[in-house]
Parts: sequence; C-alpha cells; structure tokens
Amino acid sequence: MANTLNILLAGFGGQGILFAGKTIAYSGLLDGKELSWLPSYGPEMRGGTCNCSVVLSDESIGSPLVTTPDVLIAMNRPSLEKFVDKVVPGGTILVDSSMIDIKVERTDVNVYYVDATKIADENNMHSCAIIILVGKMFKELGFCSKEALDGAIQKVIPPKKAAMLELNQKALEIGQNA
Amino acid sequence: MAEKVLMKGNEALAEAAIQCGCRHYFGYPITPQTEVAAYMSKRLPKEGGVFLQAESEIAAVNMVLGATSAGVRAMTSSSSPGISLKSEGVSYIGGSDLPALIINVQRGGPGLGGIQPSQSDYWQATKALGHGDFQLFVLAPSTIQEMVDFVSLAYEVGEKYRVPAMILSDGMLGQMMEPVEFPQKKDEPAAEKPWATNGHKGQRKKNIINSLYIQPEELENLIKERYERYEKIKAEEQRAEEFMMDDADVVVVAFGASSRVSRSAVMQARAEGIKAGLIRPITLWPFPDKTIEKHVDHTKQFLCVEMNMGQMVDDVRLVVSGRKPVSFFGRTGGVIPTPAEVLDEIRKLAGKEN
Repeated sequence: MANTLNILLAGFGGQGILFAGKTIAYSGLLDGKELSWLPSYGPEMRGGTCNCSVVLSDESIGSPLVTTPDVLIAMNRPSLEKFVDKVVPGGTILVDSSMIDIKVERTDVNVYYVDATKIADENNMHSCAIIILVGKMFKELGFCSKEALDGAIQKVIPPKKAAMLELNQKALEIGQNA
Repeated sequence: MAEKVLMKGNEALAEAAIQCGCRHYFGYPITPQTEVAAYMSKRLPKEGGVFLQAESEIAAVNMVLGATSAGVRAMTSSSSPGISLKSEGVSYIGGSDLPALIINVQRGGPGLGGIQPSQSDYWQATKALGHGDFQLFVLAPSTIQEMVDFVSLAYEVGEKYRVPAMILSDGMLGQMMEPVEFPQKKDEPAAEKPWATNGHKGQRKKNIINSLYIQPEELENLIKERYERYEKIKAEEQRAEEFMMDDADVVVVAFGASSRVSRSAVMQARAEGIKAGLIRPITLWPFPDKTIEKHVDHTKQFLCVEMNMGQMVDDVRLVVSGRKPVSFFGRTGGVIPTPAEVLDEIRKLAGKEN
C-alpha cells in the first residue's frame, strides 16, 4: 500500500492513549492526508487495557483496524507482550521503559526505549508520558510536518483545558530531544 | 468549501440530522450508539429543539411516531437489542405511511450479544423490522462522510415515498473518526406534508394518522397501494458503488464496515495479479440487484463478506440465481475480519492458494 502508516497505541485506560491517537490523527488532517482513528471501546475505558488504531495515508483508507502495525507505542507490559509479534518486519516500537521492565527480543524491528513516565513525573506533567513518545516518534519517523504536529496539539486540547497546552507542547519537545 | 473536521461517526450522524432540520430526537442510551444521544442532548436545546431521553426504547420510538405524524423531521437511534425493542413502533410508522429516521449502530447479537461491531441485523433491517407487510429504505454508510450525506438522503427519500428510513451503521463506524465536511446549508422549501396532523384551524378536512383497518379489503387495498410505492423505490432508488469491476473475475460483495476491509483485500489481490473487484451495496433495501445483474455474465464468481453468519448472501444468490457460484466469508459476534483473511478467501477462489 502506497505510503500508508498503520499506528497502534496501547496501554492502560487513563494513560492518554486515545488523546495521543487524536493528536496524531489531527496532524494528518492538517497535512491534508487521509486518516482514520479507531478506539477500543467498552470495559477498556474503565481502567483496563486500552488501545487505539490510527492510519495515515495518501489514499482512501480501507480497514481502520490496525492488526499489523508499522508503529507500536506500548505504555504497559501486557500491551507490549500482546502486540510485539504483530509489528511488521522493519517496523518501529516505542516503549515506555518506566512502565515496562522487559526488552524486545525481535531483531527485525527498530525499538526505542524512553523513560517517558519518569521524565513526565520529574517535569510535573504526569499525564503527558505518551505525548513524550509521540514527540520521539516524530523525531524518528517524521510522520507529519512540524507545523501539523504543533497545530494538532493545539486542536486536541479544548479551550477550557488551555492550561494543559503548554505542558503538552513541552512534552512533545522533550520527546523530540530524547 | 467547508473546513474538514474530525468527528466520530455517531457525532457526525447527529450533527447531520440537526443540519437537515431534525429538531425532535427521542432515544435511550446503549453502547455503541450513546454518542448520538449525548451529542443531541448538548446541541438540540440550543437549536430550539427537543431532546428527550425516554423511559425505554419502546417509548422513544412511539414519540417519534407522534412527532412525525405532526410533520416534523424526527429521529431515534439505538443499537441492536434496542432496535428489537423499537420494532413494534417501527411497524406502526410503516403502517401509518410516515417518514422517520431510525439509526441502528449494530453490535453483536442475538440477545444482549456483545458490544463490539457487527452486521448481524441485515435480515432484520431489510426483511422484517416489525410485523406485517412493510419495508424501510435502508442505507449502509461505509465512511463518516457517508454518515453525514446519507442522513439527508434518508429524510428526502423517506418523505418523498412516505416510508421510514434506516441508517444501518455499526460499532466500528460509530466509534471511529475520519475527516468530514458538512455541505453548505440548502435553503430548499421543506417537502409538502398535506397528510400531517399539525393543526388546521378548521380550514381543511381533518387528517387522521392510523394503522388500524378492520375491513380486510380496505387493508389489502392500502397495502397494495404501498407496494406500488415500493416498486417505484426499487426502480429509482437503488444505489451501489463499483470498485475495480471492469475486468473482475472474483467479485466481492460487501457493505458498510466489511466493505472497507474487503476494499483493502481487493487492492492486495490486484497487486498479486488476481482480477478481483468489489460491489458495495449502498442501499440494502432496495437491494441493488441491477448492479449485481450487470456483472453476472462476465464474471466468474461472487464472494459475500459480512460481519455475520451469512445474511446479505441470500440476496446476492437471488439475483445470481445459480448462474455463477456465490460463496460466503464472515466473522461474527463482534469480530472484525482482517484484509488478510479476506485476501486468503479471494486467493482460494482464484485458485492461487499460498
């Protein structure tokens, strides 16, 4: 498939999985790409495991359900264990190593370990760990333009939560330097 | 051009209905449809409309019956088990020759089933959503943009022929987000509704909305007249999309969510040199038999892909009438088939098993 990026974000409910997926989706919208965003729904939202499929593409998107991701962002160990073998060869895995104490054994994928939750806590941005990983993903894959990424984070934070904007912008920056 | 926004399918359905002039929504929450009601509860009061969470699905659909009798654009939405509850009221709406918009964001069944996406209400929507001789105009969107576009189509066709309309969605389309654009508002005069019970200050003969006819001949004549309208709908309102059908040997037939999966599989099959194509029914009733018929002679076989145990495949077989093989592949219970699974089926049929 020409220029299609299948992204899967996975972790616990409450880690901002759907929010981070929305940030990536909006960056695609601002770049004028085709995109889809599909959450897992139901009991997952109440603190169980949660995941979100995002597809960015130059052509219209078939299945929005990502079963073999090009990129996996794993925010807890069960999610990494569940999806590590589904990532396509040559794909990318971003691991929050504060939350996950195992390493990826596969050698045919690119793995980036970021102490995201610890860094977020140290910077008083407790819910922003996954946004640090989105910043890292941008640095390594350049999945969108810089303008789109900056615009996306402004789009996803509603006006009544404006105070969170600066924190998330900082988290993106930390990720890009990680 | 209006700005593209990201919206969940459920929210897009609700916003589209408001933009079509729907000011009367009656519903009851159920996963995975609840965002329709939630969105309506936020927006409708600001538009001078009525949002009402009824005490049950049965109450909600009967409120729709009342509102549409008075000539306004009314709507209700639910998911599979809730639609079963509404079926009595839908039959009354059909039997009273009233338009109304009913949305089913399908989940796994039967019974309480599950909450994950499904297409197992195809039979219910197209054959018997309630008792008696009647049909609904049934649309199956496959993108969030179609969710928006089909709301106005459902109202327009429903009002033109005085039949209830259903948008048959599912949990995947309801929950997912895609870029969507709302059309510029049209300032068209609303369809004339001389039958509406909307008050007349003694200026005209009174209208009666009713579905009770004690004399068999009277009821038979009424139903025959209704079926003449159904024939017109069959002749004029069939819709389907054809994708890579010019030289297709293996024709996949799929609607809604499973058509998206099938489209990916067809493209992968083409990349492998298999001449695959896709027919996507957009109207499920009337079933687009003209589109299927057009391709029966010059194709080798058909494959129906559905998120159920095989329901639409009946309608495909009726059209094909044994002239070509029609096979079926499905996942059910809330499982979404993958493009790889569908591709495998296409390979088997094309005689190119890997």
